[in-house]
Amino acid sequence: MLLLQIDWPFIIEKLILISVILGASLGIAMYATWGERKVAAIMQDRLGPNRAGFMGLLQPLADGVKLFFKEEIIPDQSTRVLFILGPCLAMLTALMTSAVIPWGPDVEIGDRIVSLQVADVNIGILFVFAVVSLGVYGVMLGGWASNNKFSLLSSIRAASQAISYELAMGLSLIALLMMTNSLSLRDIVAQQHGFWEGNYFTWNFFKQPLGFIIFLTCSFAELNRAPFDLPESESELNMGYHLEYSSMKLGFYLFAEYINLFVSSAILATLFFGGYNFPFMDEVAGAVPSVVFALICVLVLLTKIIAFILFFMFVRWTLPRFRYDQLMKLGWKSLIPLALINMIITAVVILYVFNR
Amino acid sequence: MSIYEVLFWFLTAMAIGCALGVILSRNPINSVLFLIATFFAVSGHYLLMNAQFLAIVNIIVYAGAIMVLFLFVIMLMNLNADTEPQKNRLVQFAGIISGGVLFLVVLAALSSSTRGFVEETSTDIGLIKNLGKTLFTQYVLPFEISSVLFLSAMIGAVVIGRKE
Repeated sequence: MLLLQIDWPFIIEKLILISVILGASLGIAMYATWGERKVAAIMQDRLGPNRAGFMGLLQPLADGVKLFFKEEIIPDQSTRVLFILGPCLAMLTALMTSAVIPWGPDVEIGDRIVSLQVADVNIGILFVFAVVSLGVYGVMLGGWASNNKFSLLSSIRAASQAISYELAMGLSLIALLMMTNSLSLRDIVAQQHGFWEGNYFTWNFFKQPLGFIIFLTCSFAELNRAPFDLPESESELNMGYHLEYSSMKLGFYLFAEYINLFVSSAILATLFFGGYNFPFMDEVAGAVPSVVFALICVLVLLTKIIAFILFFMFVRWTLPRFRYDQLMKLGWKSLIPLALINMIITAVVILYVFNR
Repeated sequence: MSIYEVLFWFLTAMAIGCALGVILSRNPINSVLFLIATFFAVSGHYLLMNAQFLAIVNIIVYAGAIMVLFLFVIMLMNLNADTEPQKNRLVQFAGIISGGVLFLVVLAALSSSTRGFVEETSTDIGLIKNLGKTLFTQYVLPFEISSVLFLSAMIGAVVIGRKE
């Protein structure tokens, strides 16, 4: 099989890329915890972490060290294997999605064309969906294996919430995919080249505003973030599904959430806000060497991602939590019909206006 | 042995081992988890046959949605070994015979099939574009009929759910 024949430079190139992406997503997730506290502090007129290092910048490191050195407790009545498997799965699925995101345009180094994407599979966006739908296992298994009523309730909430919102998420994407005619994230980004072309914006946000809003709402629910953070509502469920966890296993759960935040911001930016594309990119590409241009593109994508992360944080500290029946009503009775209507409108426009 | 064969045998061993785990493990939660692992192995086989869409849909629909609901129900049912009713010998015997008969039918159907084996990687039918075109042109009637089946199942679920 040709695809699997060993090509060492290729493997080394991908290994480097994977390590960089892994390191970057861990680093950004770490500083997202710091950012979250700072945002919360600013919005509540406090100072936030400011003891460890300048402006508390060493706070994430201190937290990490603290979690590592805490005593690890596995409850006596828990299902041991599944108890350990839970946080592993949460972390694994959180890190897997970044494989299909194109981080920048191709770079020419010598006579080799290096792609800044780990895997360009032609079903890219479906891969993301598969990983997202598996992500719920980490929460479910952990919550059930803890042998604690609060954890079980929380994991059941998480699972039903995730399943309900996946539907609307998928339906809102179908409208987008009807326009792009491709499932590959690389193609979707390439189609959003630049910013303005043929009298209209190229970014999908301007073509699918309703789809974007539905997708964004569903990402809040999939991420278990406020206002949909019912699996973790402290006031009702103590801590949620990670109630019984301690030490780094708890750290993995908390950390996986921030990695998910990073990755879903990346996907939102890629699908709707042009990925690494920016206005006047052709002029910039002509003026600087290809490596510098690729770096600028990566930085642009990172800026968009950080903007999304900040948006997620602002919303968390602004809106109160939904009630569970309201959450389900919103998912099934508002978002799914809206997504279906959006799909029909898109289909009609494509067929009768653009005659494709 | 090429990498393809290594992967094939690994996935096959995994599929059969996990399938055995489904029926042999005593804890229903473990059975469900083994079943999920089996789905993954089968998806790996699809990937080897270049059927990426089928592989990923298998994971999304079965491992990601249906098995989550299964797990959901089993977690809430509080199944213990002592609350589970012991089946008597007659039922077990009937189960073995009917299972064996089903196995024979499948075997007979396989051995008499004229389709031959799937080419290793030369086929592109599993890619989403080709699959979609085939489904919506050549097989459009069976496709729509099966969607009616799903609709009736959905209506049935609603009807059952409404009755208190």
